[in-house]
Amino acid sequence: MSAQESEREGETILDLEGVTKRFLGLVAVDNVSFEVKRGEVFALIGPNGAGKTTLFNCITGMFPPSEGRVSFDGRDITGYKPHRVAFLGIARTFQNIRVFDYMSALDNVRLGQHSRMHAQIWDAILKTPKARREEAEVTERAHELLRFVGIERYANSFARNLPYGAQRRLEIARALATTPRLLLLDEPAAGFNPQEKVELMKLVEKIRAQDVTVFLIEHDMRVVMGASSRIVVLDHGIKIAEGTPQEVRSDAKVIEAYLGKSA
Amino acid sequence: MIATLRDPKRLRAKLRQWSRDPNMVVYGVLFVAAVIFPPLASFATGTSTLTGLAADAGVWVLLAIGLNVVVGFAGLLDLGYAAFFAIGAYTYALLASAQLRSSPLHQAVHLPFWVLLFLAMFVAASAGAILGAPTLRLRGDYLAIVTLGFGEIVPRVFRNDPGHWTGGINAIGGIDQPTIPVCLDGPWSQGDDFKLQFGAVNCSFSLSDPTAYYVLMVILIIACVILVTNLQISRLGRAWAAVREDEVAAAAMGVNTRNIKLLAFGIGAAFSGFGGAYYGAKLSLVSPDNFDFTVSITVLVMVVLGGMGNIPGVILGALAVYFLEFKFLTDLPRNAAALANQVGLQGLLAPNAATSWPGLEDFVGRLNFLVLGLILVLMMLLRPQGILPSRVRAQELKAEGAADDTVFDARAGQT
Repeated sequence: MSAQESEREGETILDLEGVTKRFLGLVAVDNVSFEVKRGEVFALIGPNGAGKTTLFNCITGMFPPSEGRVSFDGRDITGYKPHRVAFLGIARTFQNIRVFDYMSALDNVRLGQHSRMHAQIWDAILKTPKARREEAEVTERAHELLRFVGIERYANSFARNLPYGAQRRLEIARALATTPRLLLLDEPAAGFNPQEKVELMKLVEKIRAQDVTVFLIEHDMRVVMGASSRIVVLDHGIKIAEGTPQEVRSDAKVIEAYLGKSA
Repeated sequence: MIATLRDPKRLRAKLRQWSRDPNMVVYGVLFVAAVIFPPLASFATGTSTLTGLAADAGVWVLLAIGLNVVVGFAGLLDLGYAAFFAIGAYTYALLASAQLRSSPLHQAVHLPFWVLLFLAMFVAASAGAILGAPTLRLRGDYLAIVTLGFGEIVPRVFRNDPGHWTGGINAIGGIDQPTIPVCLDGPWSQGDDFKLQFGAVNCSFSLSDPTAYYVLMVILIIACVILVTNLQISRLGRAWAAVREDEVAAAAMGVNTRNIKLLAFGIGAAFSGFGGAYYGAKLSLVSPDNFDFTVSITVLVMVVLGGMGNIPGVILGALAVYFLEFKFLTDLPRNAAALANQVGLQGLLAPNAATSWPGLEDFVGRLNFLVLGLILVLMMLLRPQGILPSRVRAQELKAEGAADDTVFDARAGQT
């Protein structure tokens, strides 16, 4: 997969066309269009309540957009159910951590591989050699992924007993377990101190190096500027800027949205 | 497994590991108890009544194991579980009795028990899937109410007897007894000619003897425990656990939550279909009154009391509640009267019209359900996690004690 993915670097992997989401009267996302290219680290930024998470939810099928089109890898996935979106290769994390508290860290990651497993109900009931073999492979890979994000020593603890940072990393490992081609990270560095943020960005770079396109929401401008190749800025559901970090940083509208209109 | 058994060193290590696991200890104790129970009971009482009672308890154990899949594993509250039990029992009753002769079919059907056992399972599982398909979008309380409705509808349909299929209020009697399949037949099933002696009681393995039903039930339970344990640690069991905890996150990880919940419903129903067919065969009578709401609630109490999500716990819960309801409480009035007699309170025994005292035995009989309720309330207060909880459930309750997050779920309403 990876060789093929690398060759196609620079192609559009995720394409949003005029995506709009209304909740009764409130327009949370208003006619937003942009493209995410294969192999980049793409960032979505904006002040609180700008509609960033809503946009993620529209992409992953948590709720379908009211208008507009979402296509992934040339395929229209607008209105697909979340589990189908995940199966097609988009994984996500959540802003407020949503690991499975009462499952071990290992089981969390094993669950992530659910849609890539083939054991049928009869295999499960009768514990066939096929199911055993698959289970062993899945466990092996789960350990690998925990090692990859650097929390292998917590493998057998309940997820809720992990430290905050480890929980965030666990969520990333669980998302990677679905073998995504596009990884959506919703404020992965929220609540981190500067040192942890730097480490997290190293991890993001490591993930990108594995030919997974990363699309992240971030609050902290500094984090985004260093790590991402392109940035889209949302404010009140409207896209106000798009471009490289340098372009976005000097954009008057962006400065206004973040710092308020200067008097 | 076999390699482990051959190598004494590994066997010893395995045994030591098991002896530290409360679940394995419970399984071991239960198995030994199951084996020595029939001879012991008949030796002590001189009849095989207790063995028959234990076989009946087995039906409830099966039901509890099945409901545990739905409630304990997948976290779906099902208050209409008796419906599937009824469907299983009626499947057996209709296809193994003269009932269908008086139906529009005009032809009695007599299929063998062993075929129907699996057919009943299949029919109940299908009913579970059919009920689940439109309702599993609902969550928590709403699902509970819909299943409650289904649990009321099914026995009522059997009672009202549309199209004269089910015999309605007259129930279905004269249901075929199972026979030992030819391949297992031998002198031990010949009834009087060849009998095993347990104390004063003869036991044959012809299926007219409660001991034979008991053996069949123990085998069924062992098989079910193995299958459900396999399920719990499989891909499917993990998905159930995930759906139980956080459906949104599970869906985002590629779990088809609707199908997973349907499977839980169907598999749970399959077990009660199993139990239903067995129940119909043993009682030889299936009446719509046997499947009312109290059945659903009793099974739920067994699951919660035993320890939701943990199979040996649930088995213990089923046995404990069965003993309470059908042995302890039914015998309580007689025992109370006997006690009064012994301690010299004979005055209480006779009814007195002037003070409208019904007599001690009657009085205690009226208090039966109050006593049951009190015992259940006390149990839940003293041990809310159940007799033998799962590791997960124990943790959850500990966390709730520390900071009650059941009411104020920080994630509620967010996506």
